[in-house]
Amino acid sequence: MTLSLLSAALVGVGGMAGAVSRHTVDQRVVGKWSTVTVNVLGSVALGFLATAPVGDAAATLAGTGFCGAFTTFSSFAVGVAELAETGDYDTAARYAFGTLLAALVGVAIGGAVGGLVG
Amino acid sequence: MDRSELALVALGGFAGATLRYAVSVAIPGAAGTLAVNVLGSFLLGTFITSVSSRRAQLFFGTGLLSSLTTYSTFAVQTASLSPMGGALNVGANYVLGFAAAALGLAFGGRR
Repeated sequence: MTLSLLSAALVGVGGMAGAVSRHTVDQRVVGKWSTVTVNVLGSVALGFLATAPVGDAAATLAGTGFCGAFTTFSSFAVGVAELAETGDYDTAARYAFGTLLAALVGVAIGGAVGGLVG
Repeated sequence: MDRSELALVALGGFAGATLRYAVSVAIPGAAGTLAVNVLGSFLLGTFITSVSSRRAQLFFGTGLLSSLTTYSTFAVQTASLSPMGGALNVGANYVLGFAAAALGLAFGGRR
């Protein structure tokens, strides 16, 4: 893959929408559940895009741009680190591995649905 | 919510996603995702413990640094690897990402 201005613009526009949507979820869902929500929903959507018959431009805009920015690893990692800092390793581990399990199941479901559409 | 605040999140999201794309071109595959996730986790940890301006938090924290990193690409790449490769990818992102975030929190908190 080579750097292309068109792809960068599509990623940027998708990223704007993804970040604003994540922020909107953040204001409605309390605490760590908002990060769990965006990460799992975004993983389902990206799993779908990985197998559905969408064009390159749509995959760049919706996948790399929107799903990439809608989901977040940094807020998740800071959340885990903060829990560990308070000594609540049990909740930290459940948060870390619960998110992983739900996201991987989400990718599989999204991918299966995308394959059916194709 | 204030429209100018939404605009800050949007602009930060544009910048963060575009930077992530540039890194993914320079370092393709799971290694590029690992790089942005670890770097972004350190920077976000540093940022939230050292900067108190709400507008700066919205642009850099919620917008740029959260969009620079990604969980969905990490999850899809993990699922596409062999079981061993997937386990290594999870291990690398989790161990390095959590350590980077903790380091960032400590680093920012000292200022």
